[in-house]
Amino acid sequence: MATVTLDNVRKAFGKTQVIHGVDLDIADGEFIVIVGPSGCGKSTLLRMVAGLESVTEGEIRIDGARVNEAEPMDRDIAMVFQNYALYPHMSVFDNMAYGLKIAGTPKDEIARRVATAAGMLQLEPYLKRRPRELSGGQRQRVAMGRAIVRKPAVFLFDEPLSNLDAKLRVQMRLEIKTLQRELGVTSLYVTHDQVEAMTLADRMVVMNAGRADQIGRPLDVYSNPKTEFVAGFIGSPPTNFLDAARLGRRAKGARLGIRPEHVRIVPEAETDLGGTVAYAEPLGAETLIHLRTLDGQAITVRQDGAHPIPEEGATCGIAWEPRDEMHFAESGQRV
Amino acid sequence: MTDRDPLAAEVAPKRGTGRPARPLPDGMVERRGAGLWLTHLGLIVGVAFIFFPIWLAFVASTVEQQAIVRPPMPLLPGDQLWENYSRALISGINAPVALMLANSAVMALGIALGKIVISLLSAFAIVYFRFPGRRVFFWLIFLTLMLPVEVRIVPTYEVVANFGMLNSYSGLILPLIASATATFLFRQFFMTVPDELAEAARVDGARPMRFFFDILLPMSRTNMAALFVILFIYGWNQYLWPLLITTDPSMNTIVMGIRQMFPSGDDIANWPVIMATSILAMIPPVVVVIGMQRLFIRGLVESEK
Amino acid sequence: MEKRVTFKGIWLPLLLVAPQIVITAVFFFYPAGQAVWQSLFIPDPFGLSMQYVGLDNFRFLFDDPFYRASFVTTAVFSILVTAVSMGVALYLAVLADRLIKGSGTYRTLLIWPYAVAPAVAGVLWLFMFNTRVGVVTWYLGLLGYDWNHVLNDGEAMGLVVVASAWGRISYNFLFFLAGLQAIPRSVIEAAAIDGARFWTRFRTIVFPLLSPTTFFLLVVNIVYAFFETFGVIHTITSGGPQQATTILVYKVYSDGFVGQDLGSSAAQSVVLLVLVSILTIIQFRYIERRVHY
Repeated sequence: MATVTLDNVRKAFGKTQVIHGVDLDIADGEFIVIVGPSGCGKSTLLRMVAGLESVTEGEIRIDGARVNEAEPMDRDIAMVFQNYALYPHMSVFDNMAYGLKIAGTPKDEIARRVATAAGMLQLEPYLKRRPRELSGGQRQRVAMGRAIVRKPAVFLFDEPLSNLDAKLRVQMRLEIKTLQRELGVTSLYVTHDQVEAMTLADRMVVMNAGRADQIGRPLDVYSNPKTEFVAGFIGSPPTNFLDAARLGRRAKGARLGIRPEHVRIVPEAETDLGGTVAYAEPLGAETLIHLRTLDGQAITVRQDGAHPIPEEGATCGIAWEPRDEMHFAESGQRV
Repeated sequence: MTDRDPLAAEVAPKRGTGRPARPLPDGMVERRGAGLWLTHLGLIVGVAFIFFPIWLAFVASTVEQQAIVRPPMPLLPGDQLWENYSRALISGINAPVALMLANSAVMALGIALGKIVISLLSAFAIVYFRFPGRRVFFWLIFLTLMLPVEVRIVPTYEVVANFGMLNSYSGLILPLIASATATFLFRQFFMTVPDELAEAARVDGARPMRFFFDILLPMSRTNMAALFVILFIYGWNQYLWPLLITTDPSMNTIVMGIRQMFPSGDDIANWPVIMATSILAMIPPVVVVIGMQRLFIRGLVESEK
Repeated sequence: MEKRVTFKGIWLPLLLVAPQIVITAVFFFYPAGQAVWQSLFIPDPFGLSMQYVGLDNFRFLFDDPFYRASFVTTAVFSILVTAVSMGVALYLAVLADRLIKGSGTYRTLLIWPYAVAPAVAGVLWLFMFNTRVGVVTWYLGLLGYDWNHVLNDGEAMGLVVVASAWGRISYNFLFFLAGLQAIPRSVIEAAAIDGARFWTRFRTIVFPLLSPTTFFLLVVNIVYAFFETFGVIHTITSGGPQQATTILVYKVYSDGFVGQDLGSSAAQSVVLLVLVSILTIIQFRYIERRVHY
């Protein structure tokens, strides 16, 4: 059990800066998800915490102690890799036991710990198998098991679910969450999937081009994004952005953001804003309607599946409550 | 050392030699009836062409000298097998063949194992470490791929002579492991090992050599075995190099020793003993090739994997 | 091509590469450098000192009719060995590929001459064609043909070519068979449905798809004929009669060790170096680019 602190952490490869100063305080037992598009530096940040990348500037502390120079094994962490990184020539048991063997843990203690972890992960029948004889989900569990047996202070997850199919991903997501609650181990989890981030995180870090744009509880981040990037990245379908100047009213900032669920289709007479229906996607519980405004901007409306669906090509009016508007400056910052 | 490095060809990129596709059962292109038999006949003729010289050698090794010097020699084995082989093994002509077999075995094993060991170590270093001189070292490896052994026969002989390694096992072995082709192949293999395995091992607390022995070596087993076959045969079949540096018959290897058994001048060669020796010279490499056929073919044909 | 992950340390990796560095430096780079160096000198008549002569060794070499003849001999020999061994191997591989059952058995029967040393192959063929006791010689005599490769240039060349090609068939067969089996059956079946008969299918579909393998083998076999056939020639003809089978590698040996002409031998080594470098570069570059599906 431990706290993790990142203090103005920077990383440069040669002259290229990839992490531009990240500050983060992780409380004991907290589940933090770092989310962002590929190339935003989220994996690099995680690997710096793991000790697999050096820290160019700033400080990383685990339980208050500086670990910048410590080897991965001395940091009391365990890591789950995207492709699982199971040792192909070792059995499931040996894969889980390898770290303990190196640490010189007594044999019976190793057996006990592996058995406990295998029990938690329903891996008992597979302990003698090789990784290639397992399904994707089972391999994922072995990778988890390998992390659990070490009883580390911090779990690090590097996109652990991205190699699984959609259905399995949802199931493993639940399992990871349950396990983490049960064990109460501080966790740092990297993903590009915002649904994973929203569902797993106690707090999430939205990364953009080497910066942490926003750190907060998922629902707070969703309802109150600090930057245009966060507003656009978190939420599906994404936030609509309209050119504030072209709207010609309430021109605060450069762009106006409005989430699809906050836009309503109304009779044309009731509003000064309207457009043509490009196409509609009925998904059952809800319907997504893609419109094009008269001056050519795209807007997506998300409405209840029971509402009438306008015809393609029809013109209609749109409206929203002013309190749902988000205004962004040219820099992308929220005004 | 006329033999060019056996791995030089393996190092080059190969295309179109991938894993064989599984043939469809009863595909419409398959031959039936007479066509099938013609196919078999063609192959049997080919096999006969391959086997005939070896069969003749075997027959010659089982008959008396008299049966050979009065042609035509018989085409079926005689009853002198035991006599000819024991004569060859125990006394030979210049040196007992048993001794030459032992020399060949030491040389072939020395070359195969020596090259595999030094190549594994240096490939591990250049793939998994950043150290001063690494770039230079890497280019030196490429140079050894380019420069064939032929270029250095005479000077290498001088080096070996200066070290007093003529007529010694180290003189037979060391110059032939002095190239980096195997290093290059192991490097290519190590590059395909996922980065995450090394990272996982680091997180698990493995130091470099522990990772090397616990993870990398077991994963390289197939490659090592295939290389072993190729290098063993390369070493066993060496001819010019042992011919140059082993003047003492007791250091002769069997492949070069056969030629030494031919008499100079007009004397008639002792064909049964020479042919028995030839058969003995073939047995170890053939056993290695047939016994490790799968690994060997994979190593040869698919060494880019 | 760089690993993302590396271990720390400087002394450990240096220690790991040390054995290879030392062995390669002493037995490879130093002698190779010596060869280049020596090709610029000739020893004085007493063998006491070396005199710098610039490129004279090379000039003498190319003025030497025997050396020029050796070039031609090498070319003829390599082309014949390559053509015979690849032709026979392709023929056998095409046959084996047509079998659904049993191609593995034939493969096992055909691979093991790979293990036979060129020098041993030479002895086997010498025995068959020996002028006094050879079985084939004797039967040829019955047919009225007087075989004597000790005196006849053409027969000597023919014998070393067949003996060299014989041991090489296995290697080529393995590659051709793998190449053929990698061609999707559906392509050949589609051609069959289009009405192409076997020979047309082979000419228009199979052979073009096999071209990467063929080209690879072409280069490898030429290299083999250049450098690895010393044992065959030394056991069967010793380069004779009248140097009719003296290929370049054999000449390096006979001039350097038998003739003790170090300057010329070194210059010949350098010429070989240039040749093999060209072949290696072709192997690496050309194969990658031109020949593909």
